[in-house]
Amino acid sequence: MKLTRREFIKSNAVAAAVGVAGISIPGAQALAQARGGDGVRWDKGVCRYCGTGCGVLVGTKDGRIVATQGDPDAPVNNGLNCVKGYFLAKIQYGQDRLTRPLLRMKDGKFDKNGEFAPISWDRAFDIMAEKVKATMKNPDQGPFGVSMFGSGQWTIWEGYAANKLMKAGFRSNSIDPNARHCMASAVFAFIRTFGADEPMGVYDDIEHADAFVLWGANMAEMHPILWSRITNRRLTAKHVKINVLSTFTHRSCELADSEMIFTPQSDLAIANYICNYIIQNNAVNKDFVAKNVIFHKGVTDIGYGLRPNHPLELAAGNNGYPGPDGKPKGNPGASTPISFDEYAKFVSEYTLDKAHEISGVPKDKLVALAKTYADPKTKVMSTWTMGMNQHTRGTWINNMLYNIHLLVGKISEPGNSPFSLTGQPSACGTAREVGTFAHRLPADMVIMNPAHREAAEKIWKVPAGTISDRIGYHAVQQSRMLKDGKIGFYWTSTTNNMQAGPNINGEMLPGWRNPKAFVVVSDVYPTVSAMSADLILPAAMWMEKEGAFGNAERRGQFWRQQVKAPGECRSDLWQYMEFSKRFKIEEVWPADLIAKMPEVAGKTLYEVLYTNGQVNQFPKEEAARVNAHAWAGYTNDETDLFGYYVQKGLFEEYRRFGLGKAKDLGEFDLYHKVRGLRWPVVNGKETLWRYREGYDPYVKAGEGVKFYGKPDGKAWIFALPYQDPPEKPDAEYNLWLCTGRVLEHWHTGSMTRRVPELYKAFPDAVIWMHPKDAEKRGIKRGDIVKVATRRGEIELRAETKGRNKMPEGTVFVPFFDEHRLVNKLILDATCPISKETDYKKNACKVLKV
Amino acid sequence: MSAHTLRPGAEAIAEKGWLTAHKWLLLRRASQIGILLLFLVGPWFGLWIVKGNLNYSYTLDVLPLTDPYLLVQMLAAGQTPENLAWIGAAIVVAFYLLAGGRSYCSWVCPVNLLTDAANWLRARLGLKGSAHIGRAARYWILAMTLIVAAVTGTIAWEMLNPVSMLHRGLLFGMGLAWAVVLAVFLFDLFVMRQGWCGHLCPVGAFYSLIGKLSVLRVRLPAREACNDCMDCFAVCPEQQVIRPALKAINGAPPLILEANCTNCGRCIDVCSKNVFSFGTRFGAAVPTVAGAVSPALK
Amino acid sequence: MENASKPKAKWSQVSAASRRQFFADTARLACGVGLLGLGLGLYARHATALPPVALRPPGALPEAEFSAACIRCGLCVRDCPYHMLYLAKPGEPLSTGTPYFVARQAPCEMCEHIPCVKACPTNALDHALTDITKAKMGLAVLVDQETCLNFLGLRCDICYRVCPVLDKAITLEPQSNLRTGRHTLFIPVVHSAHCTGCGVCEKACPTEIAAIKVLPLQLARGQLSAHYRLGWVEKEKAGGSLVAPDVEHSYHLPEGMQYAPGKGLSVVPPGAEPALPQGGAVPPAPTFPKAFQGDKL
Repeated sequence: MKLTRREFIKSNAVAAAVGVAGISIPGAQALAQARGGDGVRWDKGVCRYCGTGCGVLVGTKDGRIVATQGDPDAPVNNGLNCVKGYFLAKIQYGQDRLTRPLLRMKDGKFDKNGEFAPISWDRAFDIMAEKVKATMKNPDQGPFGVSMFGSGQWTIWEGYAANKLMKAGFRSNSIDPNARHCMASAVFAFIRTFGADEPMGVYDDIEHADAFVLWGANMAEMHPILWSRITNRRLTAKHVKINVLSTFTHRSCELADSEMIFTPQSDLAIANYICNYIIQNNAVNKDFVAKNVIFHKGVTDIGYGLRPNHPLELAAGNNGYPGPDGKPKGNPGASTPISFDEYAKFVSEYTLDKAHEISGVPKDKLVALAKTYADPKTKVMSTWTMGMNQHTRGTWINNMLYNIHLLVGKISEPGNSPFSLTGQPSACGTAREVGTFAHRLPADMVIMNPAHREAAEKIWKVPAGTISDRIGYHAVQQSRMLKDGKIGFYWTSTTNNMQAGPNINGEMLPGWRNPKAFVVVSDVYPTVSAMSADLILPAAMWMEKEGAFGNAERRGQFWRQQVKAPGECRSDLWQYMEFSKRFKIEEVWPADLIAKMPEVAGKTLYEVLYTNGQVNQFPKEEAARVNAHAWAGYTNDETDLFGYYVQKGLFEEYRRFGLGKAKDLGEFDLYHKVRGLRWPVVNGKETLWRYREGYDPYVKAGEGVKFYGKPDGKAWIFALPYQDPPEKPDAEYNLWLCTGRVLEHWHTGSMTRRVPELYKAFPDAVIWMHPKDAEKRGIKRGDIVKVATRRGEIELRAETKGRNKMPEGTVFVPFFDEHRLVNKLILDATCPISKETDYKKNACKVLKV
Repeated sequence: MSAHTLRPGAEAIAEKGWLTAHKWLLLRRASQIGILLLFLVGPWFGLWIVKGNLNYSYTLDVLPLTDPYLLVQMLAAGQTPENLAWIGAAIVVAFYLLAGGRSYCSWVCPVNLLTDAANWLRARLGLKGSAHIGRAARYWILAMTLIVAAVTGTIAWEMLNPVSMLHRGLLFGMGLAWAVVLAVFLFDLFVMRQGWCGHLCPVGAFYSLIGKLSVLRVRLPAREACNDCMDCFAVCPEQQVIRPALKAINGAPPLILEANCTNCGRCIDVCSKNVFSFGTRFGAAVPTVAGAVSPALK
Repeated sequence: MENASKPKAKWSQVSAASRRQFFADTARLACGVGLLGLGLGLYARHATALPPVALRPPGALPEAEFSAACIRCGLCVRDCPYHMLYLAKPGEPLSTGTPYFVARQAPCEMCEHIPCVKACPTNALDHALTDITKAKMGLAVLVDQETCLNFLGLRCDICYRVCPVLDKAITLEPQSNLRTGRHTLFIPVVHSAHCTGCGVCEKACPTEIAAIKVLPLQLARGQLSAHYRLGWVEKEKAGGSLVAPDVEHSYHLPEGMQYAPGKGLSVVPPGAEPALPQGGAVPPAPTFPKAFQGDKL
């Protein structure tokens, strides 16, 4: 590489400066390399889209991202990207970027039915503060009426700052991430089975597995880079077999040695059949089970997470809703211990015949699948995403998959891995680890547990009793509470729930437009959500802020702010912290709480939460010092605006939650010097396989395997049955409607649809259907058709060919297209345990227009 | 002669009134523009009454119309069409057998609007002098187009044909068609009076072949009333067709049988003595005035 | 008729001078028109060379016949529900007034009922085409492997997924990515037997300039020479070996090993009878994922 003379002097100067500071940097090569010959400065970053967490290098010039590249040294992707990642350089530069706060106004004043007009940040925060205070005082609403909806696209510190603002500041647990629509079932099952969230394995399982089973995941399109690894494993090791379970034939089926198309919901029966097969054929790993597993029988009469007055809920005995006596009707997550024999008897009902009958999968394929798990010599990696999570029995099916792996002991070792994939860049890092759910605190702690609350209050330096013990409103409940007038202030960011949430017509839009609610949307583009709000705040995105994401294999990855956000855009982090300055502690906390900690009296929320001696402990100069190896004189917007290295302060405070609890994250500085670290990071070392001696520092010598998330170190196998979904095709609504994604677009398409090439590649959503289903309805390929459920209808073109081959009786519609909001059609039924909506099984009809 | 000082038709206007003295001209313009509009409301307003162009069109999804000249070229090039195109050509031939072959030129063809304008301007500017190419040239060209089609195996003439180029251009986008059309206009204006339509155009030549047998004709029921004002000659695009009938050359009947008469009716308009009128080719034997009747028509 | 008799009358009346004039005029006219015809013919031959970016609608006859059969009426253009057909304008490098489309701008959407063909009054668009998947508007060619994202190991495969004849016209042939050692190159391969040349792939290709392009068939296709045949193809066509099968082979082998011609040495699976090669019978082929079967070639 050629260095210009000036660059040479600069890099040497930095090397000298760094040398003085006592930090060793390999000859300041890093900085020299960070400068390309064409004046483009390169720095490491992470892809903005899915949970795979591909590393990218971001090239900037004259304050603008001019190019990106797959990071050749990133262990996840070795320099590769999918086609969405190929266009990362364009996502920040859509022509309709929001750059000023916009308020619905009439005659210069806020009016719920007014038109959007630009206002200052000052005025925006004025009206927001006024609405928050009014909501807290409103007897119908109270602190929980102050509600927030975030996402797995929050950076770690944004989610952390928001969580703290809500749960400690406003004392409202009504904060939830959109991961509720995405990962909640996986989360609840991880906690139920292992007592600790997130996968035990890592992506390296792929290179060690002998068989793969996809349970409701179309990795070929949704996790393109991981699929490329699985394909290579299949390609280079001839014995490897790939099994795909799905409700329709998709691109992943191309690679399948065994493709199993099952009737929607019947995955429950298939899982139980496999366990039955394992038991019947003496394939149980008895030593493993005796040492590491106990058995429980879950309650079954748990409803479908619908509104309490729905007939299905009135009939349910264990949905946790208030009964006629006002007391909760049981607990959908409850279970009672049983013996192995009782479990064996329970699943013995799921014979091959029965599994075949319920699922429609040929018997030989079911047997072969069961054998794959039963064969002690075959290492099996099971992967899944929304097919299992977006399921009215989502927690169950997750539990039941662990049942299989636990019965044969195929877990927590290279190649034997039940692996829950994620769909967002920081579903794990932010939504789950930071605990931005309505019932969670950081590091797997929950607000229902007094000890957990106490621990959090101590770290946050707030008085005991600050955090409410009541679970806040979860995602679907937030829509219902908005509609019912129980939420008076609603703030969403980094998500597009008006397109992604269920039952848009029935619950969501009426809620957002309810005059009793004031809805704020922080966004970068005028999404459906932004246009449905009362106030739009222009946000900074991706490389316009310093950030950190945590991917599906527990890998936390950091990046530095590369460019300035346009106009008056500000990061969500700045928005939360700056907004907290608008509240005196007396306005949000009761006097008796303040009395417990008199020193907070008279202070603002900002001072109590953020300038608490911890978050603000690293001065501004720290930013330059920490990042000197990569960027001389580095700083970022929040550090400049608040006067201290905000991100480091927040992260170091947050890190304390997990230290020593098997949730250890590395030191802030270290993350800026590596392509990510997989936690637990103990003594600077990453953990690959959890719960396994030798790999996991929390498993002592001689323990072999230990599921230390549970007090006795034993994972739970759950006896759970097959149950019907709340809605099935009938005479009128005679088709199964499944929704999902396509490779070209990410989620609601707010970024990818603004990339012209991606838009062109897949401009409008279509409905895939079987040619015979089309023919029966007089529909030809390419015709405009109407798709209707009991909740609404949309019109789009019919597709009988192409990437998805539907079985008769099932149709598929992707949800990326804001002009064809398929989620208008979706019932807001959820898994009663995880509260995650089932977007995959609705009854619909399709008519020729 | 008064016509020397007045513009052609002035007497007729004085005699019959402006409207009557422009009756056929107005009807003809209405027909030309109306037909064009019928084609244009499709692409302009999505009102698809007629699809296609003058080469072939399909009206209200029932009526096919095919340019028979094009069909002949296609056959010469060695291709045969589908049934609809045959039917369309038959309808068109039948129609022009009734309505007069070159009625196509004066009542339908959009280039006629242009060449009429050129001729009008030529007269107004007083441009004299004209290149000399015989009126038979168009038949040579017609034959040439068919030979080229046969030799090259393509409908080669369509690459130059200003008629379809203009019409298609208006409907599907002009491209460089404007240059060709402009060339025709300038040719008629500066180089040669009635140059294109009257001498060169093989489309007109083809329709004139149909016109040899067509029914609708300009008749001269009052040819003895002619005062030799020459207005009809001044306005006629095919002047050579009038004289035999008007002056009973070789005992010609009072009926224009010349194939190149375009049935434009302008002679009827401008004649203050009402010499001309539309009629059929039949019945010429019944003399409207005393005079010789051609034995050939008996 | 009077018309017919007129020239005769004239002949007798014209003078010698005007007769000479008449011959001169006629000769001049004939020469002029002849030159015009020559020019037109040359121009026509030149203009029938279809430029590579322009594709004809489905069912179009071979270019030479097409330029004779098409009467430039534009009905196919009018009846295309996707408005992706154009009539060539004068000045454009193809025969004026004939229909074409440019795949990169708007490809053929392959309507099942093929309205453009139905609309054609002359068979320039062959009415024998009733199954749109049999259309041959051109052939997709991955012209630039160096810029194709899939060749580089990225996961694009847009051309593959948007293809209306998915898994037939374009397949992805997986190859190990030797650079990373852990990923796969999904190489798009076009199969001419199924590609209709609709151009959807070219339109959707996300690179700045499309790496996959639809070319007219005569440009896109190569041809094997007749003097060499593909053995495995011929065998499949014939339903068996073209020559008499071998007599049974046998080998000196240690215990527990088996050897099959063309397959090589392997261990006899436990509990299985040693495989006896019988008269060239091929052991049942292991089932492969569709992705690995690729084209039969």
